[in-house]
Amino acid sequence: MWEYLKLIALGVIALCAAIAANFARDFGYEVHALLIMVVAAGVFVWQIRRTDEPKPIPTNEYMDDVIRAGVIATMFWGIVGFLAGVFIASQLAFPSLNFTWADGYMNFGRLRPVHTSAVIFAFGGNALIATSFYVVQRTSAARLWGGNTAWFVFWGYNLFIVLAASGYVMGITQAKEYAEPEWYMDLWLTIVWLAYLAVFLGTIIKRKEPHIYVANWFYLSFIVTIAMLHVFNNLSLPVSIFGSKSVQVFSGVQDAMVQWWYGHNAVGFFLTAGFLGMMYYFVPKQAERPVYSYKLSIIHFWALIFLYIWAGPHHLHYTALPDWASTLGMVFSIMLWMPSWGGMINGLMTLSGAWDKLRTDPIMRMMVVSIGFYGMSTFEGPMMSIKTVNALSHYTDWTIGHVHSGALGWNGMITFGALYFLTPRLWNKERLYSLRLVSWHFWLATIGIVLYAASMWVSGIMEGLMWREVDAQGYLVNSFADTVAARFPMLVTRAVGGGMYLTGGFIMAYNLWKTVTSSPEKAASPAAVPAE
Amino acid sequence: MEKFESMQAFALSWALVFLFTVFVAAVIWAFWPSNKRGQDEAARSIFRNEDRPASDARGS
Repeated sequence: MWEYLKLIALGVIALCAAIAANFARDFGYEVHALLIMVVAAGVFVWQIRRTDEPKPIPTNEYMDDVIRAGVIATMFWGIVGFLAGVFIASQLAFPSLNFTWADGYMNFGRLRPVHTSAVIFAFGGNALIATSFYVVQRTSAARLWGGNTAWFVFWGYNLFIVLAASGYVMGITQAKEYAEPEWYMDLWLTIVWLAYLAVFLGTIIKRKEPHIYVANWFYLSFIVTIAMLHVFNNLSLPVSIFGSKSVQVFSGVQDAMVQWWYGHNAVGFFLTAGFLGMMYYFVPKQAERPVYSYKLSIIHFWALIFLYIWAGPHHLHYTALPDWASTLGMVFSIMLWMPSWGGMINGLMTLSGAWDKLRTDPIMRMMVVSIGFYGMSTFEGPMMSIKTVNALSHYTDWTIGHVHSGALGWNGMITFGALYFLTPRLWNKERLYSLRLVSWHFWLATIGIVLYAASMWVSGIMEGLMWREVDAQGYLVNSFADTVAARFPMLVTRAVGGGMYLTGGFIMAYNLWKTVTSSPEKAASPAAVPAE
Repeated sequence: MEKFESMQAFALSWALVFLFTVFVAAVIWAFWPSNKRGQDEAARSIFRNEDRPASDARGS
């Protein structure tokens, strides 16, 4: 019965998409409608070939195939995102790379959201979905809830990414940073995200372990909060259901505040809470010892949740936002420093008594550097949220440097560590293909980040000082073009740093590929493991 | 505007007290001595059930 309903639904979607393509009011919408039509028709054919076939339902093993797909997708989108990043960094240094023949498709303005969405939502998002499925099964001692719903989440999420990225290139955007996708993609993501919540929560509910391990708390808060943020920040009315354009429900400063409430909590819950879930599982696993203090992890969690949600207004200092709101954002951002460093200490101290692993295990080294960058960027962030500091740093390259020390250092490195941890286990291999290549990746990535962050600090502070420099008569000394010219060496250094990070990514992809194809199989373990 | 002001008054009083109480309760719960065993147990739970789910008849 359920399978017939699915077939009907897929048929209706394909038909509606065909109608929408016919009536489309703009080019991008038409392309997307055709894409959805082809996808729905393809899934229809795939589904109809399997309908009424008997399917064995394994219950005594974990659902790992969807996680394997997630690992591949993470690696793929990582390369795409880093590549886009290096390209737009080069465009900033050498504007002639905004080719005239590709104008309107591959200029900086179009590719910038492709880069941010590819690294945050495609690379980071796939990493979060894959690792959360891995962690929640192992710590709940239960198979994923909902059968193939997990596959729906995986493919649905990646379809959203493809729609969003292709839309940016064609100019479909609602011009909200990190929330660029238009209304129909937002609706689709809402459905996918609720399915994700159901799978995750369903697995926790049917767990065999008495406790919900702390990593699951972080993952769950990430899923729930992102659902809430996404819905509120994307409240909009489409101009026509046959067109991509929509109009925001909020306007003016309210819209700005909702946007940065969203934007900052996307950092707080997507890039922090979710990845902390990763940290609280993979770091203790790789170190082979339990987390330093479970109490501290509980306090870390609740303090982070209660403080982060108020920090958004620090993105709007000295704007039309009321002063009290911007002060509130600043105060909460500074308080946030404490739980962040509590978490950092907890992660680092997990290694106490196992520090020698840093010498021998490049994966552990990656995780530790990642926690170090978490600590650094969660110190830098509160500092930059202070109004007087922000007056210097805002709108300069310093912000970009800060974001990348967090994104490349913390999110990137912990994800690399998790992927190196997962790949041999998921494909049942004895070990990684080459630890030497992991070391190469580690050093390329680390030096790349250092070049990136250092050049952006110099460039940002220089910009901030040049913008505010006045002569004896009170006139501004520098024109904007002067500051752009002065940044050139730093922009080149930044592109080189990004290039090194990208090279590390390629090395990793090769290493993981060889691990899957030519690393020795793990010796079969005895069928029945005796109870403890 | 009236709606905003009444919501603001609520947020500044009861909601603040409520959120703060929940946070304090969470901290007290974390430090409550009898919870220590459960926490240690949970911290070590990642080293079990690595390869397959626990069977229904909770053996281990």
